[in-house]
Amino acid sequence: MSIIKHMTHNRLTTSMVLATLVSLSACSDNDNDAMDTPEPPPVPVPTQDYRVTVTNLTANQPMSPIALIRHQAGMTVWQTGEPASLPLETLAESGDSAGFADMEGIDALVKGQGILAPGMTESIELKLSPDEVASISLLTMLVNTNDAFAGVNSVSLMDLAVNATVKFNSIAYDAGTEANSEAKGSIPGPADSGEGFNAARDDVDRVHAHPGVISADDGLADSVLSASHRFDNPVLKISVERLK
Amino acid sequence: MKLHHTTRLLILGSMMSIPVSAADLEISITNLTHGNHFTPILITAHDDASHLFQAGEMASPALQKMAEGGAIADLAAAAMGNNEITVENPAMGLLAAGAKTSAIMLDTQAMTHLSIVAMVLPTNDAFIGLDAWEIPTTPGTYTLNINAYDAGTEANDEIINGGGMPGTPGIPAAPGGDGGTNGTGVMDSSSNTRVHIHPGVLGDTDTAGGMSDLDSRIHRWLNPVARVVVVVK
Repeated sequence: MSIIKHMTHNRLTTSMVLATLVSLSACSDNDNDAMDTPEPPPVPVPTQDYRVTVTNLTANQPMSPIALIRHQAGMTVWQTGEPASLPLETLAESGDSAGFADMEGIDALVKGQGILAPGMTESIELKLSPDEVASISLLTMLVNTNDAFAGVNSVSLMDLAVNATVKFNSIAYDAGTEANSEAKGSIPGPADSGEGFNAARDDVDRVHAHPGVISADDGLADSVLSASHRFDNPVLKISVERLK
Repeated sequence: MKLHHTTRLLILGSMMSIPVSAADLEISITNLTHGNHFTPILITAHDDASHLFQAGEMASPALQKMAEGGAIADLAAAAMGNNEITVENPAMGLLAAGAKTSAIMLDTQAMTHLSIVAMVLPTNDAFIGLDAWEIPTTPGTYTLNINAYDAGTEANDEIINGGGMPGTPGIPAAPGGDGGTNGTGVMDSSSNTRVHIHPGVLGDTDTAGGMSDLDSRIHRWLNPVARVVVVVK
């Protein structure tokens, strides 16, 4: 279980790194006058603590490390019927969520510990300030697919009382960015160990409910998938409990 | 729900002033599948800490018996030992595809949550599952859609061979008389040994051979597989 102390805006992180670099170079000469005066300690803000718990409900679809995203209320990380963003395409095709950190409107990205195996459960704890609870999303790829993902979209925690829990079940979505060929070399999960992200979009280019995989056992002759890789909804269970 | 803060406090106050009281439930269960039976159904009313099963957890031996062979006696005995309220086999046998069992009466007494299980037949270890639904305190009619789970205890080989005992491979029977024979067996490559959403059966269209003894035109399903209506009186 990972404890996330504070989620920091990516652009803020960048400027902090720059500041560190500047002060390091200032230290390289012996002019003490150039030393920065220590900043006053930050005023502690009381946090609201949450535990986000996810369970992989599938038979044989490992899920990529959970991407937990805090973002502006005015944006969504996916919208059915609309084309996937580049970070969503990347996550859904390869499991890599890093692109969300640079996305406009996203304040913070927290990643799960690693692959969430079928049947397994992981909890991530969040400490948020009261102005950081307006919109949370969570995504993960079903890695034995071309571009299936699951998650919850734009959940507000503003009305969640202490000790209350809100629960969600997610269906599988199709990013619509890669044809569901199930062909050798096209699926990054252990069923194939094939390609992840590919910038080409050779599918309908809109996010939609996933139609399910076919598998070789069900007659798609060149599929690398077998019967147990098929799935029915829901595929992911999510609960958010407010601890404090 | 957005409520004025004071209103919320008032509601909380009024809720806390009402003692926990028994409710009479009238329950019906409908088999929504195309061609699967449900074996005898078990309904339990229990406290907030008890479960017949939980997705993401290992099946108990009693749950395994139900999921692989339709036997609910061990689950029911454990529930009664835990002072739960049980309704066993309300359909008095199998509940066929499309059929409904209704007017199931249950007095909750001090119990707050409702669970329901029954095996889906013909399958290796699929069951319908409602896990610890919080019984509303407001009278009314509540409709729940129920999914099919895989107990994670037996490989889904889809061979009908009478195997219904825990640990015995195979499917006990196809009650509709619509199963095949001489299937070579589906290779189940899943290593998920916990309770999870069932991926669905594969089946095939060869009733005298092929990979599966199930018929893909008859025995497949998509969630939800059952509809439960609870009237809180």
